[in-house]
Amino acid sequence: MAQRAAVIGVGQTHYQARRRDVSMAGLVREAAQRALEDAQCTWKEVDAVVIGKAPDMFEGVMMPELGLADALGGAYKPMLRVHTAGSVGGSTGVVAASLVQGGIHERVLCVAYEKQSESNATWALSISMPFSVATIAGAGGYFAPLVRGYIRRSGAPEDTGVRVAVKDRRNALRNPYAHLRVEDISFEMVANSPMLWDPIRYLETCPSSDGACALVLASESIAERAEKTPAWIHATEMRSEPTQFAGRDQVMPRATLDNAASLYKKAGIQNPRRELDCAEIYVPFSWFEPMWLEGMRIAEPNQGWQMTCEGATAMDGDFPVNMSGGVLSSNPIGASGLIRFAESALQVRGLAGERQVDGARLALGHAYGGGSQYFSTWIVGSQKP
Amino acid sequence: MSEDASEAVELLRIPVELDYTYSAGQSASRFLRAIAEGRLLGQRCPVDGKVYFPTRGSCPQHGVPTAGDPVELPDRGCIVTYSIVRVPSENIPLELPYIAVQVLLDGADTVLMHVLGESSLEDVHMGMRVQAVWRPRGEWTTSIGNILYFKPTGEPDAPYDSYREHI
Repeated sequence: MAQRAAVIGVGQTHYQARRRDVSMAGLVREAAQRALEDAQCTWKEVDAVVIGKAPDMFEGVMMPELGLADALGGAYKPMLRVHTAGSVGGSTGVVAASLVQGGIHERVLCVAYEKQSESNATWALSISMPFSVATIAGAGGYFAPLVRGYIRRSGAPEDTGVRVAVKDRRNALRNPYAHLRVEDISFEMVANSPMLWDPIRYLETCPSSDGACALVLASESIAERAEKTPAWIHATEMRSEPTQFAGRDQVMPRATLDNAASLYKKAGIQNPRRELDCAEIYVPFSWFEPMWLEGMRIAEPNQGWQMTCEGATAMDGDFPVNMSGGVLSSNPIGASGLIRFAESALQVRGLAGERQVDGARLALGHAYGGGSQYFSTWIVGSQKP
Repeated sequence: MSEDASEAVELLRIPVELDYTYSAGQSASRFLRAIAEGRLLGQRCPVDGKVYFPTRGSCPQHGVPTAGDPVELPDRGCIVTYSIVRVPSENIPLELPYIAVQVLLDGADTVLMHVLGESSLEDVHMGMRVQAVWRPRGEWTTSIGNILYFKPTGEPDAPYDSYREHI
């Protein structure tokens, strides 16, 4: 049987376009230091370090974890690098949690980062192969045709994506860590922003950010003694599937549906829409809010857009989504999944400041990556599972 | 740290070049050699009979080799989905905007990513029938790039139900 584990510390850098004042080591150190302070624990008390980031090709630095070990206090301790493409931040949290749940370690420091100002992610994601033609300009180029497929099958109103973007950008104004802050954001501003990858507009797209996020995960006995409320981990789950095969549903992959079903079963949740108080969902392009509401079985198939259009996912709706402003507002790719996990923990700890969902007791953290083929999720609560 | 010192080491540009030697393997070699002759070869999954194109030698879903006789495919099909791209990428030598399409060749069960030419941005749509426009024969190599682009055929659209499972 798994042991109980909880988040006792959260640390984030302020996400921004360029952090030229720090190296990668300085960046991860900053987030880790803040997580330790939040957890009121010392570097010495950390038993193991788990680090995640997106492909090495982004910054062109091979195996960066080797060079970052000392900045993270990892010398002579177990240190592990996780990689599952864009979902890696989430997977890093899941792996770190498993080390505590498995009874292997008492305190695990979990860190994820990206320094996009030193990278060219679009280049790294647009590599040509002899059996295919290079047409995919970055992640947007990959996902835009799938968004079109979703619009076709669901019959969603064309402004659904615009509504998501306006909501997430408004939420970001309440998050001091958010990168993109568009004070006068409006429906018209998003709708009139240029099409980048039709049907995805500029303001429906995530930025390129520098940043790191860190969590301290601890065993039950340590979490019980923590001064601040811990976020108890109720369930974690991951799934993957091949990028392409005949008949693959690229819009609603089986891996996401399987992942959701298993996650809720582990957490004892029958009706996620009613039982969860809020969710941080990996939405790098606006349309992925309704898509993953369905992919996480929170909405019925082809009806996720209704939750968006009815305002259910707004801060004052019955199911707030992406209170932090989401990936649309801050995107240090490797960290983006862990930021979702961190925000879900802050919400159930009651530490989310101006973006706090009143009385949040149970929250979902979600990440996906690759060609919609990696999924990492967790559910955290203010009470023990 | 003083202002001057931090300015001095703010950013170093260190270009990295990567040249790959790609080992195609038996199946992809057959596929690529056929392309060099202007022929499009798919392969069938022995479990569910689905035709893979481009072929990589195995079915990712069932984990089995697609080792049977290759299936010769025509160079025409329909657009399953698409995007009009206005974002530059330094390793994509296409003029902006371009129309990136996923083409389902007639008889294939997986899509080919390519570009649409000889069409306005307004005309492109899901289900549009298209055919390949090839480079001059003398320029053919072992690359799918032998197909320059796809162009509309003017035939009636493929019905949504005939390709919906490929999105």
